[in-house]
Amino acid sequence: MYEGAVQELIDELGRLPGIGPKSAQRIAFHILEADPQDMVRLAQAISVVKERVKYCTICFNVSESETCTLCRDERRSDEIICVVEESKDVVAIERSRAFSGRYHVLGGAINPINGIGPEQLHVRELIARLGDERITEIILATDPNLEGEATATYLVRTLRPLGIKISRLASGLPVGGDLEYADEVTLARAIEGRRNTAPSAPAAPLVRTPLPATEPTSSS
Amino acid sequence: MYISHVSLTDFRSYAQADVELGPGTNVLVGPNGVGKTNIVEAIGYLATLSSHRVTNDAPLLRFGTDRALVRARVQRAKLVTSLEVEITAGKANRARINRANPVRARDILGIVRTVLFAPEDLALVKGDPSNRRRFLDDLLVILRPGEAATRGDYERVLKQRNALLKSARNGGKLSTAHESTLDVWDTHLARAGARVLRGRLEVLRLLSPYLGAAYASLADANKEAHAYYQATISPDFESEAAENKALDTEEVSRIAPAALLHAGTAEIEDMFLEALLNTREKELERGITLVGPHRDDVLLTLGTAPAKGYASHGETWSLALALRLAAYKVMGEDDPRPGAGPILILDDVFAELDATRRTRLATIVAGADQVIVTAAVASDVPAELGGTFLKVSPGAVKS
Ligand SMILES: Nc1ncnc2c1ncn2[C@@H]1O[C@H](COP(=O)(O)OP(=O)(O)O)[C@@H](O)[C@H]1O
Ligand SMILES: [Mg+2]
Ligand SMILES: [Zn+2]
Repeated sequence: MYEGAVQELIDELGRLPGIGPKSAQRIAFHILEADPQDMVRLAQAISVVKERVKYCTICFNVSESETCTLCRDERRSDEIICVVEESKDVVAIERSRAFSGRYHVLGGAINPINGIGPEQLHVRELIARLGDERITEIILATDPNLEGEATATYLVRTLRPLGIKISRLASGLPVGGDLEYADEVTLARAIEGRRNTAPSAPAAPLVRTPLPATEPTSSS
Repeated sequence: MYISHVSLTDFRSYAQADVELGPGTNVLVGPNGVGKTNIVEAIGYLATLSSHRVTNDAPLLRFGTDRALVRARVQRAKLVTSLEVEITAGKANRARINRANPVRARDILGIVRTVLFAPEDLALVKGDPSNRRRFLDDLLVILRPGEAATRGDYERVLKQRNALLKSARNGGKLSTAHESTLDVWDTHLARAGARVLRGRLEVLRLLSPYLGAAYASLADANKEAHAYYQATISPDFESEAAENKALDTEEVSRIAPAALLHAGTAEIEDMFLEALLNTREKELERGITLVGPHRDDVLLTLGTAPAKGYASHGETWSLALALRLAAYKVMGEDDPRPGAGPILILDDVFAELDATRRTRLATIVAGADQVIVTAAVASDVPAELGGTFLKVSPGAVKS
């Protein structure tokens, strides 16, 4: 335990995602020793972001104004909406340049263990947007892990009665991974090869598996 | 296949031990507590990356050390492979194949195949259902490594679904949103669960003929041994089903409907969804998932009696051994190339058997590529078994 302000800083840093107690301590001491002006800039950047940046009232992407640049961009198609979990997924898909429609950011995925159900996500707002008859297709681009798949299943069930074409990103994405870590090529392919949401194929029957091959060192 | 050399460093009671083994039968002899099981435990570890005695690795490290090494030379058909596994406290284990750069420990799975029978296996017959489920699940992963993630996938869906059931219970009545997401989790649970079930049923189908034969050749009474899968999703499932009554054909087919045996994954999925719908009310009351492969069992029978709670000590012993021998046969059938058969390990078995059964067991295992037997006294091991005797004394093994 350190005294007062230092310990407080360590505690605050430790609450950030991906930062354990050791890193928190290291960053805290880096801040202590760093150029005061740099650190004032960091503190300002944090408070400005909290003041200025809000969520787009249409798609819930992060935005500095009422609506985000993607929602205002007139060159983009109004026919397709790509549904993602987080703003960082929008950035990832934009990097791929494979998609030029609109987005909808859910704000997470269904996850009962963490107490997140559809009410905690921007699902109602998505349904409201579908009142716009220009929209003909929805791409579900939730993460290819259990919670993302469950969210997609839920959306398919909820949106299907609306008679809009629904597709899911094709696999090729690392299973169990985070969309944001997929590289551009993988993401572009996944978007091009998006599949219709149909029930999954049955598993293959039990087959014999050969032993994994290993290099021989000697023979006798 | 056979292991020609094992070397242990800081594993269990051994600071350093080198054991030379040969194809065919090898008998490790030494007084109780000297370290015989420790050696076969290490060999089993190379095959499964887990101990047959403990669920975590800590007890495998010699007292006061934080790293153990198990090395072995494996001869498979004409191929010699050297393996090394490093077991480290609190860190991911690493392995090396043919002295190449370290790889993840699980990359060596499948190189050594063992079937290990030990006194702990009585739990297969007498213990709770999780023992029998694990027996099938482990064998499935050996036969089909691609299924290694299946069980974990199911467990993850199960956790989420249980969390939802619990929160629905705490929140009083089920809101419509809850209800619609419960449907979603049902779909995912049924899909993942159908895979688990399909795999288990398939393994049991492969085991069944060998189980009957192995038991018949071990035991003298003419009771037939059978194994039936008791699926909690089957429409007639009742948890008290197998209690206190003779199991005639009708009773058995109610407990373990044949329809399930031949069902494909899609059919199982439908059955699963139906079962979930039928138990939904009860599940919401209890806040947990009540049907699915996590609550299934394998009903073992001898004649018309369930083995659990009815079999004698000798019968229990023979049946547990028969299960392992059946697994050995299935693995052999899975890779029938000469010299590729699994290594059979029999820990402390012969002392428990009478002279007739000893001789029978010796005959059954005679054709194995390699058999490793442990015994406290050499005279417990029947002469028919032949093979090389190795004396185990504290910290050393000599022929
Ligand atoms: N991690 C360990 N460190 C040191 N000794 C151990 C360890 N684990 C077990 N032992 C010792 O090993 C002996 C048991 O060896 P075991 O192989 O089970 O005997 P047996 O020859 O009867 O099969 C016991 O004396 C026990 O104290
Ligand atoms: Mg022992
Ligand atoms: Zn927007």
